[in-house]
Amino acid sequence: MYSVNYHRATSVADAVKKIKSGDAKFLAGGMTLIPAMKTRLAAPSDLVDLGHIAELKGIKVSGKTVTIGATTTHFDVANDEKLKKVCPALTHLASLIGDPAVRHRGTIGGSIANNDPAADYPSAMLALGATIVTNKRELAADKFFKGLFETALKDDEIVTAVTFTAPAKAGYAKFPNPASRYAMTGVFVTKGKDGVRAAVTGAGDDGVFRSKEIEAALTKKFEASALEGVSVPSKNLMGDIHASPEYRANLVVVMAKRAVAAANA
Amino acid sequence: MSEVTLVVNGRKVSGAVEDRTLLVHFLRENLNLTGTHVGCDTSQCGACVVHVDGKAVKSCTMLAVQASGSTVTTIEGLANGADLHPVQAAFKENHGLQCGFCTPGMIMTATDMIRRHPDGLDEATVRAELEGNICRCTGYHNIVKAILAASKTMSKASKSKANKAA
Amino acid sequence: MGMEGVGARVARKEDKRFITGSGRYVDDMVVPGMKHAAFVRSPHAHADIKKIDVKKAEAMPGVIGVLTGKQLKADGIGNLICGWMIHSKDGSPMKMGAWSPLAVDRVRYVGDAVVVVVADTKGQARDAAEAVEITYKERKSVADAVEALGKGAPQLHPEAEGNLIFDWGIGDAAKTEAALKTAAHITRVNIVNNRLVPNAMEPRAALGHYDNAEDHYTCWTTSQNPHVARLVMSAFYNVAPENKLRVIAPDVGGGFGSKIYIYPEEIVCLWASKRTGVPVKWVADRTESFLTDAHGRDHHTTVEMGFDKNNKIVGLKVDTIANLGAYMSLFSSATPTYLYATLLSGQYDIPTIYGNVRTVYTNTAPVDAYRGAGRPEATYVVERTMEIAARELGVSPAELRRTNFVTSFPHQTPVIMCYDAGDYGASLDAAMKQADYAGFAKRKAAAAKKGKLRGIGMSCYIEACGIAPSAAVGSLGAGVGLWESAEVRVNAVGTIEVLTGSHSHGQGHETTFAQLVNSRFGVPLDSVSIVHGDTDKVQMGMGTYGSRSGAVGMSAIVKALDKVEAKAKKIAAHLLEADEGDIVIENGQLKVAGTDKNVPWFQMALAAYTAHNLPQGMEPGLKETAFYDPSNFTFPAGCYICEVEIDPETGKTDIVQFVAADDFGNIINPMIVEGQVHGGIAQGVGQALLEGAVYDASGQLLTASYMDYTMPRADDLPSFQVSTSNTPCPGNPLGMKGCGEAGAIGSPPAVINAITDALGHENLTMPATPQKVWAALRAGTKH
Repeated sequence: MYSVNYHRATSVADAVKKIKSGDAKFLAGGMTLIPAMKTRLAAPSDLVDLGHIAELKGIKVSGKTVTIGATTTHFDVANDEKLKKVCPALTHLASLIGDPAVRHRGTIGGSIANNDPAADYPSAMLALGATIVTNKRELAADKFFKGLFETALKDDEIVTAVTFTAPAKAGYAKFPNPASRYAMTGVFVTKGKDGVRAAVTGAGDDGVFRSKEIEAALTKKFEASALEGVSVPSKNLMGDIHASPEYRANLVVVMAKRAVAAANA
Repeated sequence: MSEVTLVVNGRKVSGAVEDRTLLVHFLRENLNLTGTHVGCDTSQCGACVVHVDGKAVKSCTMLAVQASGSTVTTIEGLANGADLHPVQAAFKENHGLQCGFCTPGMIMTATDMIRRHPDGLDEATVRAELEGNICRCTGYHNIVKAILAASKTMSKASKSKANKAA
Repeated sequence: MGMEGVGARVARKEDKRFITGSGRYVDDMVVPGMKHAAFVRSPHAHADIKKIDVKKAEAMPGVIGVLTGKQLKADGIGNLICGWMIHSKDGSPMKMGAWSPLAVDRVRYVGDAVVVVVADTKGQARDAAEAVEITYKERKSVADAVEALGKGAPQLHPEAEGNLIFDWGIGDAAKTEAALKTAAHITRVNIVNNRLVPNAMEPRAALGHYDNAEDHYTCWTTSQNPHVARLVMSAFYNVAPENKLRVIAPDVGGGFGSKIYIYPEEIVCLWASKRTGVPVKWVADRTESFLTDAHGRDHHTTVEMGFDKNNKIVGLKVDTIANLGAYMSLFSSATPTYLYATLLSGQYDIPTIYGNVRTVYTNTAPVDAYRGAGRPEATYVVERTMEIAARELGVSPAELRRTNFVTSFPHQTPVIMCYDAGDYGASLDAAMKQADYAGFAKRKAAAAKKGKLRGIGMSCYIEACGIAPSAAVGSLGAGVGLWESAEVRVNAVGTIEVLTGSHSHGQGHETTFAQLVNSRFGVPLDSVSIVHGDTDKVQMGMGTYGSRSGAVGMSAIVKALDKVEAKAKKIAAHLLEADEGDIVIENGQLKVAGTDKNVPWFQMALAAYTAHNLPQGMEPGLKETAFYDPSNFTFPAGCYICEVEIDPETGKTDIVQFVAADDFGNIINPMIVEGQVHGGIAQGVGQALLEGAVYDASGQLLTASYMDYTMPRADDLPSFQVSTSNTPCPGNPLGMKGCGEAGAIGSPPAVINAITDALGHENLTMPATPQKVWAALRAGTKH
């Protein structure tokens, strides 16, 4: 790791003030940033730690409306009983991220702000039609995720929370990369009052995306059987030593089937 | 440089470190607690697992300065004096270790796992929960056995305590 | 069997320090004034070094020294060598290219060490390493061994024309060709044995300390064989004469072969310590380990196995190309020859075999022995071929094997080995029973109902351990003898220290060796200490690899114990005024047989040291040394059965059952033996399903971290069903064969035989990743 200056923020306003120094980065759980710094792939001059800002933590469930503070850990999302009642797909997703030790530190805000193409949360945000709340504005998930590790966030903008209305049905299925255990393909499907949404992570060569083919099929019938014979194009899918675009295209359909089955269960 | 203050294994400690110092290096180099190991660069092997504020975390993926103010338990602080912790005892009884390098992280992970599953564990859960700990010697067979045995011992102990209290 | 003696399931003595965080590994060692090294490594697979500019790096904070290969050469440090001479079929010696611990004018693989930086902290050393400016002129590179042999391939070493190191043969080519001509059926198979990265969980490390006042070096290093490290570093690398070099291998976090070899880093740390005047420590990070630890396997093989009309094998012809990487590692030449082709007879009575092996330089990390070392490759060749043959011949895999098993011993194979004992049918029967082989069809049908494909596969392996009779290996080219040593020191109070040349890095020697002493003298385990891993403490020894510490290391201890026993009986006989032939040792006492006259063990020991009343002419003290040179290899063997369930939608394979029935000869501690088998199976299953080192066309290692190299994790594996049925080895005093590598040797073909059984065709290479199995399900043709 290169040398770095650490700052601990006490409030969102304090964090915004501290981020102005040098080539600074916000630090939430650090589960992606610190490994990147260790291997010298990331080299911020300064880190502004959001981990001690009380206002950023916690889960509120009011009826079907869910608000999750940005520094809420994967562990806390996975184990929130109220959330489990209204949106078990999301708690299930959180329980699949990394390993227990990673889930104790990693946060939802950090995950979506980083927008790793193999991260789980972006698919949920997109499929849930979530709103990403920052210190400056509220953004629809559709406008938030911009490509590989790219989001609509400005340099001094902090994700403070995500909020969504729990849909009638939701399910997530993930096929992990055998080595890294990140999503090699993960599909989050929802059926809510605005219809069906299916978002795919781990597979797209430009990051998380909604699959037209899956959504069209599931709009007709929200059943796994509706996906029999459906194929998604492999053209814009990633290829690497673990999975070719064609294999990922297959996984998109298979994981979508399993996600729907889970949503209906 | 920053001043780091922690409670480690029940003892208040502090030291000035470069901000880039990882918690694991602070433990190993400043406090000479070398039981916590580093086995990879990508937060996957789990040889570095310690408890921070009561939860298992990877000390290679946390800055020492980030942890400042926290309470840390390492493998050296797990036993109660001369008495082995039930998880340590179970690893020995069940031959849950060979070269010993991954063992501290395994034991800290297992202890956390058992704490989170007070009603007991099954083999599939143990195997799933070990995702973040890699062992190259044992094939996990006896590690799984050891954790299941420790879980049984500990839930029995806590039940009998609860019964006595009642 | 006593409570703590041979055969008892005793919990390990060494565990306490590991479970309490008190183990002492090299990275835990601190020497006053110690500084840290970082290596500048080649980012290119193949390039000329045009210029090295260290000025900027030298000026960085905390930097003590920035040292290059030119300086190292000027100080007379020698090149790394391969210690086993192989001659090609034409009689010419193997073509060994130069390997300097720090590259001087050319780099040959990504990770090749070029410059070392010594600084106050590890962070500063790395910062400065990045500031070293090296100008390279890139050359074309080649990572694949078959391509490296092709016309126009880039040449790595001037010594090895066409990148060919040797072209070696074993067996009778003409006889085998003739036999195959008579065959009623020939099974032909192309086999790739995938390249693996050993991945001991403790990364390699070295701490070199030169004491100027004493003109003496100490090296703490992650070694399986510290004496061999000292010998090689002094005799070949000119680091220091042996008496001025102490090598300590303290607790070592797994080896699996990768810590046998002497690598550039420990040599450089010692040399840099003298150069800079400070103790120098280097610890690999995981990516450095991936790039520079010796890899394993990486064979391309074609096989022809001929059968007569009764399904008896008439001949076997094997042609292998083995990738040895950019340089010849210490035992790299032996692994694909004498540790591989000598096992091509498997458990079968094969009248004639011919094996041809060509070894090749490529722009990849050096390849050497990794758990099993040659024997997994041989087993994979033989057992995949047998399974495919059974399918082609329309007989059951078990029946074809039974038809061809060796059943009388000793059995001389056509490829050097003489099998001394075994009962292959017994292992097969035991494994089939344990696996409920007969019930497989039902389970397959039940799986099909769930939409899953089930398959079952077996592997009947044999391997050679007890490495090795020194004269025999000497005649085959080994540069060292492969005996082992032991010293048994009985203290005046009767407690015992055993100094062994074996090295424990997970194998549990501190327990098993003590159990042996307990069985012999009745001394409690707690009163027996095993000392190993330090050249200043322990007499010359050869270390631990090749499952040799039981069969060879413990045999040396037996010899030393015999000498101690003889002297102890003499002393007791003298004290008891009895005939020494009448003295027996029981329950910690030396007794006159058939009487109640006795002297306790500790009193006899005290008598040896007070020397007040010893037999006439006897020297005081009780300490004996022995060197044991084995008379033959040992031949562990067994049968493994694997059952898999495949999800046809994703191609993911789950191992639903894994059965191992082994014959290891006599066993000291069944708990430890089972642990060795578990670990070996996990590595074998890893090879079959998960692991594979991948280089891209430009020689970059794509699998250089756990993000891309799939390590077996707990949820990839089931619990294993292991058992042993043992035929004692007649070749050593304890009747032991060795158990450290069997799991890794026997399991890969069992897994792949199971998957191909489920798939219905043979078109599948290791590792059988979900992607590959999914593709195979679509592309393959049914048997």
